[in-house]
Amino acid sequence: MKKRALSLALCLLLCAALLPAPAAKAAEGYINVYNWGQYISDGTDGYIDVNAAFEEATGIKVNYMTFDSNESMYTKLRTGGSAYDVIIPSDYMIARLIDEDMLLPLDFDNIPNSALIDEAYLNTDYDPDNRYSVPYTWGTVGIIYNAAYVDEEDVGSWDLLWNSKYAGKILMFDNPRDSFAIAELMLGYSINTKDEDELRAAAYKLIEQKPLVQAYVMDQIFDKMERGEAWIAPYYAGDYLLMAAENEDLEFYFPEEGFNFFIDAMCIPATCANKAGAEAYINFLCSPEICVENLDYLGYSTPESAAKEFMDEERNTSQIAYPAEETLARGESFLYLDADATHLMDSLWLEVKTEGDVDYGPAVGIGVTAALVGGWLIFRSIRERRLKANRCRKWKTA
Amino acid sequence: MRTKTLAAPYLVWMIVFTVVPLGIVAWFALTDYATGAFTLANLARVSTYVPIFLKSVWLALLSSVICLIVGYPVAYCIAGTSPRRQRVLYMLVMLPMCMSFLLRTLAWVALLEDTGIINNLIRSLGLRPLPLIRNDAAVVLGMVYNYLPYMIMPLYTVLIKLDDKLIEAAEDLGCTPARVFEKVTLPLSVPGIISGLTMVFVPAVSTFYISQKMGSSGTTLIGDVIESQFKAAYNPNLGAALSLILMVLVLVCVAVMNRFSDGEEVIAL
Repeated sequence: MKKRALSLALCLLLCAALLPAPAAKAAEGYINVYNWGQYISDGTDGYIDVNAAFEEATGIKVNYMTFDSNESMYTKLRTGGSAYDVIIPSDYMIARLIDEDMLLPLDFDNIPNSALIDEAYLNTDYDPDNRYSVPYTWGTVGIIYNAAYVDEEDVGSWDLLWNSKYAGKILMFDNPRDSFAIAELMLGYSINTKDEDELRAAAYKLIEQKPLVQAYVMDQIFDKMERGEAWIAPYYAGDYLLMAAENEDLEFYFPEEGFNFFIDAMCIPATCANKAGAEAYINFLCSPEICVENLDYLGYSTPESAAKEFMDEERNTSQIAYPAEETLARGESFLYLDADATHLMDSLWLEVKTEGDVDYGPAVGIGVTAALVGGWLIFRSIRERRLKANRCRKWKTA
Repeated sequence: MRTKTLAAPYLVWMIVFTVVPLGIVAWFALTDYATGAFTLANLARVSTYVPIFLKSVWLALLSSVICLIVGYPVAYCIAGTSPRRQRVLYMLVMLPMCMSFLLRTLAWVALLEDTGIINNLIRSLGLRPLPLIRNDAAVVLGMVYNYLPYMIMPLYTVLIKLDDKLIEAAEDLGCTPARVFEKVTLPLSVPGIISGLTMVFVPAVSTFYISQKMGSSGTTLIGDVIESQFKAAYNPNLGAALSLILMVLVLVCVAVMNRFSDGEEVIAL
């Protein structure tokens, strides 16, 4: 009896352990931050650990999570189940989120450091009244290539990504917006086209490129380019600076047809549970000291001139992080395409990803297997019937 | 009565985590993305992906058969050794499964890449590197490696239970070892073969990670398409429709395979 009581007590204890600890985290005690992968200084290589510094300064705990494309971030936000307090998507995605009422207006009294943001990065197309977002970084898209393998005479244009000489060594963006932009630039269209024929032509261009593409990747690009597994990839200029530090052969250029200029900005989703904490975090990231150290590690460009002054001389004058005016003039920002165009682009992108050479191998293979299996089953049933008939005959004659 | 009460917890579990989710999948597959109204458009769109379905089924079929050819002798040998050694060998077969599936696949990538371990070795010998990765063969290799234990397990379980007296009887009646295998061992291990084939085929046909890491940009399997619909494209309705069709396809394949074991007992009589 005693034993039973003990085991019952143990059982209850185990069950209690499974229940969530009641109010272990006070409501204002933590925030959930959702950001791009490799997009914050996390304490490696002696750089500042931004999240730890924030926790120390404010006592608010940071649950930090990452995504690998605006689209997957959007899906996660839409499907719910997880409440984020701060997200850092790109311009066109912010416009989409505003359009679908998925963001909260910010209380700028709690974000005094936002006053430091340069005029040039405010009043943008995606957030015309600066109500929902505070710019985190800005940057450009260009081509990264490995000078040890790629001929200097082949570089200069986006068509390097279509150069069959480098088949199997080319990487491509694994998200529709960035990939379509490249094809559209090559075809001379606007990267914000909503025209169905132009989008189809761009998709066709991407299908044409597909046999040359080693893989469609996002964050994996770091590893593949640094080790020389791939030689050519379009990517964000800031990340090039990180990669170049690991592999000296890597070079970068802005293609002559033009390129995407983007701003990534901090926003608070409508599902936010700790708005004050979220605003404190945004304010913290905007403070010049943190901004400088963070972006020093990131390689992306800062929207705060005040922070730029504290910056490393080399980075400050880098033509890649801070291109000259005439180079920047060739850049074009993404605008939010309406729901129909976005949907069309998504389904065209799926066509690109699933398009393959006509391959009769699988059909023939399955056909032969099915014929063999069917033949065997029929053969067996005939044999069975005959065996049974024989048995019956024997039994009758006996 | 008693057995029914004992099964109740599992019944609840199954309703909550299998039957209800299946209903949700079916509901998504039959409703429209924007309006939520009933539609067959999602299922109709599936026809675009017939080549991808065929490819997935074919690669899964190939790897199941290769697993059988590789796994049968292994299971047979393990079952034939002393019980102590059996335990060690069986554990060795199971050991890779203790490690994450993703990690095992990534390890293969590190081995096979152009700048991977094998090709670096080949290069250091002064030879031309081989195209080991990013083709269908690499995908099949990945599937075989990852799912081989699922083949060996049921085969071993069946072979270990095989009654030695039957083999002795066959030998007494003058069968050569080859005939013993053909007439006694093989027919009696058919249930193991069937469950092995099923356990390899089902996860292989719906895999997405292996094809992304080890296949070329053209090796898109149906699992990849389903994943993209849920992860990036935000079209759960098409994803659900594809999953539903895939499920029906798998059930048909399993039903066909089960016909073999059903009939075999009759013949064994």
